[in-house]
Amino acid sequence: MHPIPGVDGFMYPNEVELQWSLLIVLYPYITGLVAGAFILASLARVFNVKEVQPTYRLALLTALAFLLVAPLPLQLHLGHPERSIEMYLTPHKTSAMAMFGFVYLWYLLVVLLMEIWLDFRKDIVLMSRSTTGVKRLIYRVLTLGSQNVSEASRRIDDKVGYVITVIGIPSAFLLHGYVGFIFGSVKANPWWSSPLMPVVFLFSAMVSGIAVVMLVYQVVNRLRRQPVDMPCLDAIAKYLFYVFVIDFSLEMLDLVHRIYESDESFRSLDFMVHTRLYFSQVILQIFVGTLFPLVLLGINQVIKLPEVRRRRMYTLAGILTMIGIFAMRWNVVIGGQLFSKSFLGYTTYKVGFAEREGLLPAIVLMLLPLAILWVLLKLLPPWKEQAA
Amino acid sequence: MELNRREALKTTGKFILLSGAARVAFDTLRGESVPDADKDKYKAADHWWAMTIDIDKCIGCGKCVEACAAENGVPDGYFRTWVERYRITEDRGVENPLVDSPNGGKNGFPILNDHPDAKSFFVPKLCNHCADSPCVQACPVGATFESPDGVVLVDQKYCIGCRYCIQACPYGCRYLDPRKNVVDKCTLCYHRITKGMVTACVEVCPTASRQLADLKNPNDPVHKFLRENHVEVLKPQLATGAKVFYKDLDGAVR
Amino acid sequence: MRKILKDSEHLLRLVGVFAAGLILFLIIRHAIVPKGFGEFGHYRGPALDDIAARPISFAGHTTCEACHDDQAKTKAAGKHAGLACETCHGPAAAHTEDPTEHAVMKPDPKVLCVRCHEADPARPKSFPQVVSKDHAGDISCIECHKPHSPLP
Repeated sequence: MHPIPGVDGFMYPNEVELQWSLLIVLYPYITGLVAGAFILASLARVFNVKEVQPTYRLALLTALAFLLVAPLPLQLHLGHPERSIEMYLTPHKTSAMAMFGFVYLWYLLVVLLMEIWLDFRKDIVLMSRSTTGVKRLIYRVLTLGSQNVSEASRRIDDKVGYVITVIGIPSAFLLHGYVGFIFGSVKANPWWSSPLMPVVFLFSAMVSGIAVVMLVYQVVNRLRRQPVDMPCLDAIAKYLFYVFVIDFSLEMLDLVHRIYESDESFRSLDFMVHTRLYFSQVILQIFVGTLFPLVLLGINQVIKLPEVRRRRMYTLAGILTMIGIFAMRWNVVIGGQLFSKSFLGYTTYKVGFAEREGLLPAIVLMLLPLAILWVLLKLLPPWKEQAA
Repeated sequence: MELNRREALKTTGKFILLSGAARVAFDTLRGESVPDADKDKYKAADHWWAMTIDIDKCIGCGKCVEACAAENGVPDGYFRTWVERYRITEDRGVENPLVDSPNGGKNGFPILNDHPDAKSFFVPKLCNHCADSPCVQACPVGATFESPDGVVLVDQKYCIGCRYCIQACPYGCRYLDPRKNVVDKCTLCYHRITKGMVTACVEVCPTASRQLADLKNPNDPVHKFLRENHVEVLKPQLATGAKVFYKDLDGAVR
Repeated sequence: MRKILKDSEHLLRLVGVFAAGLILFLIIRHAIVPKGFGEFGHYRGPALDDIAARPISFAGHTTCEACHDDQAKTKAAGKHAGLACETCHGPAAAHTEDPTEHAVMKPDPKVLCVRCHEADPARPKSFPQVVSKDHAGDISCIECHKPHSPLP
């Protein structure tokens, strides 16, 4: 037998090389953060959870910062990014991926940008009057030429904003759910093919999105030397806990179902999880990224610990959650390509560093939304509420 | 003479008819056929391409893999077609065959004698040109498609290189061409079969294990082949409408 | 009524921006979508011609036999009757275009014959195969077997 480096057993000759890389792991991670942050914002706006109101605007801006970066890993991955406009020109209606362009645009323009604009409009108008130079020009453009911030117009804004948030919730579900469907509908791949996939993706998105807002909120307040609104943080942690419980249950359901049915793919997949995927799946995703945060959050649901202790536990839980959900995306995308569709072999994935789809661009793409968020916070400060 | 209107119309009608007939007669006499220049042109609607492979005849020489690469400029390390060798031993059982495909079988197979009692055979594989192709379904822009004559093709001027089709193919027959950054796969030598030739792999197969088939041609041997043999397609449970038909395919084949 | 319009003027401006964007998109789309897209299905119709226009490398045995009918007759009478010329001699379409400029490959028996005929348990039992070391030692196959009519 002529061994191919990195391959154990037999793989179809064209399967040895992975097709979807680290960047394709990054894409659902980023859109997941967008969907999750938006759901947190909608808790305040639609479900009237007053405690999380201090994070409402911050959550929207965080969602926007990540959404703007979301297409970049895809563009870096495409063989011909200059042709990507074809998705808008001739979308193939049978392809889940063809939805991307339209769902993205819809969510960006009609949901997120509109909601942000309507909520910030009064501040934009006021700042267009009070600032000078380039800043003034930016604000004037953002007002779309209308200076009307009367009570009546703001009431209309509020009503329309409410409707948009209501539409925004299923839109957020769609934005991330369709990614789950892209994987879940591939009958050729038993690691992916499952009706649970869109649901699992969605709930893990909500978990990561809520966690990121929770972390950003604490960091921003620390930088501004402002006290954290503890009831707000407690409420966010509570919702994070509940959504996490649902997410974990769904993941366990998938696992138990696989083990129980034990179909032709099971032995091969089981072996993969115990070897190549052991660290990322069992250690990172399940123990470090799910069980440990659940314990940290769960303790605070039963016992009332002192504030400092709580904040530290929430922060740790948030960080571990974000690592865990990243590991989940990795396990789905990379895991699905490590085993052969002949169920007789495995390959290896080596991430490059300074390559088009390597670790360096991935790090840059994860830091970029934070840089954008910083700019957005300067442009549209969530906490400055100027009197009319 | 008074020109009666009815007479005039009758005469005009007769004149038109006669001149038309004269024209055809004149053309026929001159030897010019009625306009039918596309008589010899390839009409896709007349064909529905498939392939048959006789496992009992394949000797694993790998000439098909070599010829395909030469005919279609397939890059090294990637395969539009390849041959797998299966060895099934009693202790490992049917569910755990030993399979290998060194360089896709392009240079033949090294002789292995470590399992002398194994049941062993070769399986040539290629794109199955599925009638219900999951890869065509997955393409977001319409760069891969099934032609009107049943060949699944890739429009390399339109492919954006997202690789979703590669993920969707259950048979592993697609790859990304690293020189052009678009997806590539077996085209059933479309440039040959539309000119009345066979595919390169069929041309060089020394034992006629691989045969091109045209299901729409009533005289094609494929009809007898399908009727008289034990025939299978790969992964029938995925209902892809695969059109590569294997004679005497062993159940152990993945 | 006029008051409501006045207070939602900014929304109407927004709708205007969206409408302008949509129209611009439709215009661009109409200009850029490649000609022939959708002719036969959801793909570029001219792609079929693009693919069919690829140059040919293997001429096909009927073309070889048109000039080399003596070798063809010899082959047809022997055990290699079903073997295409280019299986052993490689792609020859260039040769048919310009026979002197492009000579056809003469294969090396040491490498080629064993490619098919070396004894392999995976080959069908009925197929003629030998362990070449035992069968011929170091002697070249074509000493006893003429390639176009192999039975000695």
